[in-house]
Amino acid sequence: MNFEFGLYVFVLAAFLGFELIRRVSPLLHTPLMSLTNAIASISVVGAILVSGEKDASTLSRVLGFIAVVSATTNLVSGYLITDRMLKMFRKREPHKK
Amino acid sequence: MSVFQALYLVAAALFILALKWMSAPATARRGVISGEVGMLLAVVGTLLRHEVVNYEWIVIALMVGAAIGVPLALLMPMTHVPQRTAISQACGAFASALIGTAEYYRLHPHGFIMGALAVEILLGFLTTTASLMAFGKLHEILPSRPVVYKGQNFVNLALFLIAVGIGVTLVVHPENALLFPIFVGLALLFGVLLIIPIGGADMPTVIALLNSYAGLSACAMGFALDNKLLIIAGALDGSSGFILSIIMCRAMNRSFTNVLFGGFGQLQTTAGTGESKPVRSASPEEAAAILEDARTVVVIPGYGMAVAQAQHKIRELHDALTKRGVDVRFAIHPVAGRMPGHMNVLLAEADVPYDKLIEMDDINPELGMTDVALIVGANDIVNPAAKNDPNSPIAGMPILDAYKARTVMIIKRGMSAGFAGIDNELYYMPNTLMLFGDAKAFVSSLVKEIATTVHA
Repeated sequence: MNFEFGLYVFVLAAFLGFELIRRVSPLLHTPLMSLTNAIASISVVGAILVSGEKDASTLSRVLGFIAVVSATTNLVSGYLITDRMLKMFRKREPHKK
Repeated sequence: MSVFQALYLVAAALFILALKWMSAPATARRGVISGEVGMLLAVVGTLLRHEVVNYEWIVIALMVGAAIGVPLALLMPMTHVPQRTAISQACGAFASALIGTAEYYRLHPHGFIMGALAVEILLGFLTTTASLMAFGKLHEILPSRPVVYKGQNFVNLALFLIAVGIGVTLVVHPENALLFPIFVGLALLFGVLLIIPIGGADMPTVIALLNSYAGLSACAMGFALDNKLLIIAGALDGSSGFILSIIMCRAMNRSFTNVLFGGFGQLQTTAGTGESKPVRSASPEEAAAILEDARTVVVIPGYGMAVAQAQHKIRELHDALTKRGVDVRFAIHPVAGRMPGHMNVLLAEADVPYDKLIEMDDINPELGMTDVALIVGANDIVNPAAKNDPNSPIAGMPILDAYKARTVMIIKRGMSAGFAGIDNELYYMPNTLMLFGDAKAFVSSLVKEIATTVHA
């Protein structure tokens, strides 16, 4: 049963997610959100599958195209801004007094 | 196992590592790289699949998406991070909703697959419009005050139940294809109505919750397409958003239902209109003199600091005082600002070292021994009514105990109430000094005062 297997994967991944996120310092909650937001743009995989199929209908093509564009927007901006934010977190004074 | 499956497996592991490394600032950037590589492998793996034959449009779409995404990430000022997150979330959710729609018309599915698609489409479309609404409120295109009307909860609940009912009907009787557009329309509408009653102070919770929905939508897509990578990545995002919104709720001592259906900030408009109590105010010169004489200063930033873009001036104040031997730290309330961790990012942007940013539970015991608590653009998170007044709308909300400090200074434009619309007794306390003015301008005159006395 694929469905049952998928459910196992889901439950385990969700628990793992809970355990991992609980450990994230509140200091980093904003970058964390934009990182998980970027990871959720994994839907780009589905978008590519839908629009890339050999005998996809015009509707699938159009919807798939828009979906790839918006998922990529989410993906690219999510990762870039996360990195941009994290670059700013410094422990010590960056320049001398 | 084919190549793409192997790549998917590695990608899933990299996503998990990304979240693990995200736990501490020292490893966090490695986490981002891990997430990026994971995503790259997932995309490459998908392009290698033999079902995928039409590359031209995919490549064009990837480039267009990147062309929009890069400026969105690099040109946005840091104060706009909540808005960016909302709009990005809308894009991701929209993508998964569209894929669900395409799959519906392609497969004419029934049973389990249709169920998964219905969840994907419902969450996808409602998150899209809800995130766009949140964006509008955060960007102040729309009024950030909650908008409530009579019977609102009934309308919302009814609408949601009808949407779920249609979803179930589509699963059982997939031949009713006419219902599908109605289903989509209801999901879109519900997303709008869901955010209308949400006020600015509740945005951190709601943004996190929408983040969770977007992940769950991707997860449902994984079930529909039988793709484990989507299930794992979606579940990670789903649980992350969920935990963050629980943390935010706890930090306000409120429940989910209360946040979503409470219409916070509307009921209290009658309170606090009574007599005007006396307040003590101080000029920049007086305030600077007190700050210079202090041994310990704790700065408490709130959303007002973001609005006034005062974080850089505050860093200058921190530098000037540190130079004079004053110990300056920052107290961060979990719901300060418009998204989880908002204040930390702004202060980090202004080059404040992150070991000076102290969480509420760690700083509260020390506030009693602090000489000056300097409150910049925060209100409800320091309101003692949360502790003293059981009838207050924020009763029971954990606050930063600024009132315990020897002197409390509050930079504020005027005497207006905070986002929760509640009067703050902290303003009238004998050890409180009100510093009236724009946060950025006031802090910069404080810096100037301190600098001149140093060189004198």
